[in-house]
Amino acid sequence: MFKRIDAALRTAAAAEVTIQIDGISHVCSANDSVAAAIFNSGATACRDTPVSGTARGPFCMMGVCYDCLVCIDGQPNQQACMTRVRDGMRIQRQTGAREVQA
Amino acid sequence: MNAAPPDTDSTYDLLVIGAGPAGLAAATQARALGLRTALIDEQPAPGGQIYRAISSTPVSDPKILGQDYWHGQSLLKPFFESGTQYLPNSTVWSINAGQDGFEVAYSTRRGASAAALECQAHLLQCKHLILATGAQERPFPIPGWTLPGVITAGAAQILLKTSGVAPEGTTVLAGGGPLLYLLAWQYLNAGVKLHAILETTPKNQWRKAFPHAWSFLRSPYLGKGLKLLREVRHATTIVRGVTDLAALSSDGAAQLKQLKYKAQGKEHVISLDQLLLHQGVIPNTNLSRALGVDHQWSDRQACWEPIVDEWGATNVPHVTMAGDGAGSAGALAAEHRGRIAAVHAATALGHIDVAKRDREGTPHHMALSKATRGREFFEELYRPPQWLRSPVGDTIVCRCEEVTAEQIRQTVRIGCQGPNQMKAFMRCGMGPCQGRFCGLTVTEIVAQEQDRHPADVGYYRVRFPTKPVTLGEVASLPQTQASRDAVIRFKK
Repeated sequence: MFKRIDAALRTAAAAEVTIQIDGISHVCSANDSVAAAIFNSGATACRDTPVSGTARGPFCMMGVCYDCLVCIDGQPNQQACMTRVRDGMRIQRQTGAREVQA
Repeated sequence: MNAAPPDTDSTYDLLVIGAGPAGLAAATQARALGLRTALIDEQPAPGGQIYRAISSTPVSDPKILGQDYWHGQSLLKPFFESGTQYLPNSTVWSINAGQDGFEVAYSTRRGASAAALECQAHLLQCKHLILATGAQERPFPIPGWTLPGVITAGAAQILLKTSGVAPEGTTVLAGGGPLLYLLAWQYLNAGVKLHAILETTPKNQWRKAFPHAWSFLRSPYLGKGLKLLREVRHATTIVRGVTDLAALSSDGAAQLKQLKYKAQGKEHVISLDQLLLHQGVIPNTNLSRALGVDHQWSDRQACWEPIVDEWGATNVPHVTMAGDGAGSAGALAAEHRGRIAAVHAATALGHIDVAKRDREGTPHHMALSKATRGREFFEELYRPPQWLRSPVGDTIVCRCEEVTAEQIRQTVRIGCQGPNQMKAFMRCGMGPCQGRFCGLTVTEIVAQEQDRHPADVGYYRVRFPTKPVTLGEVASLPQTQASRDAVIRFKK
């Protein structure tokens, strides 16, 4: 589990936004990345891989490893660590490869 | 601080890629020398990874992240006042060298609205490039390193800097290198408890590093480093000489539950909630490789680095490199290397002559040599042990395509020649990370199996696009007369 340290609570609370992760509402800071918000919500995994279907979570937090791919507001394959949260954002676990739309 | 809306006829003397210490210093210096300069960066704010969130971190008590982090602030004001065109939230994915310079394709995204998730691609032109693409963490291929609950120490530090988010419960740091202890120290300052640090640096490594100890004694790192180490050792259990690390899940659930390791010849198993891994950083070379820059294998750092001269110049005309992307040397060195690269760029573009170059460059070269004093000692001491670089068995090497060490070894045994053929055999290195987290390991495993030197084995051939792009992004590129003509010709 990850959580916000006491020293950061006041600043984070100054800019609160509400997002949904897999249908559940979470309050986080407007400066959080989606990946940070996922960790702060108590989760460590955010997707299942296309190859074996096994669970993965954010790993590098700097846009290099692509293990944090999630579906954001209906857009699949978004890097959670490279996307800032926004009030009302809907984040969904990505299962396998993205679907290709015709 | 916001980017001006990019337009199709953006033309610059110099494009700096990356807003870490090297990029910020390079752009600032280049403007001072009169170059029309743009700086492009993937992140929403400047700082790179070392000074990540320096202008927005919620961890405002300076005692927690430490003085060296807050030094990053000194780069911001000169940069914002320099007149550099700053393009944040922008990822470069293709660069074409033409007669009059470079055509750079990049995408902006991650904006404030839902529609902004759809990437928009842009083009800009520049006559000279400074790549300040920094470093990434070295792969740490142990059994279970893909399990949720296992992240890199660098990732944990980014969580702390950007959001003030830290682990709770039983947390273990494992590996070696200065960042491991820096993170432990920052956690200590923030009141975050660590269960233990498992140090994988082999004991005989001190002996190998000893010949470099004299220069290290005169290093600026020494005083600060020893104080930091003393404080961490006082407060945290440190287990030395750790080998055979393995992260385990329970009952097939993909979640970290236990950590197995050997120390002093005895096997230990502990239950834990988080495992943070680190064994140094390596230059981020995808962009420089795709541009055709020559790279060499560094035996001391056991990784690839671009071949650059004392100005950061490469074999490719008008491509200069600065910072850790040009070979790891740390944040302070990066700043000086950025300024040196800018002086070189101004010379290459004919803005200043060689005499002025040498005058401008001298103070930065002197500062650089002071900042890098004692590096050899670190590099020798913290070179990761072979068992952590060349895994065996079921350990995953390519995280994206889930290719194991044994599959790679078996493929070499049946005749696979090297990393590029390995892509065709195993798809290893062909996932979205484009080899960033497996390339080094694949080179070392192939070298071991073929009993060759990594320098002879080589690396993946890296091509543009250097980050995954969608067809929609490519289609959103602005049309030019040439691109229209190309399509019309096909229609005939």
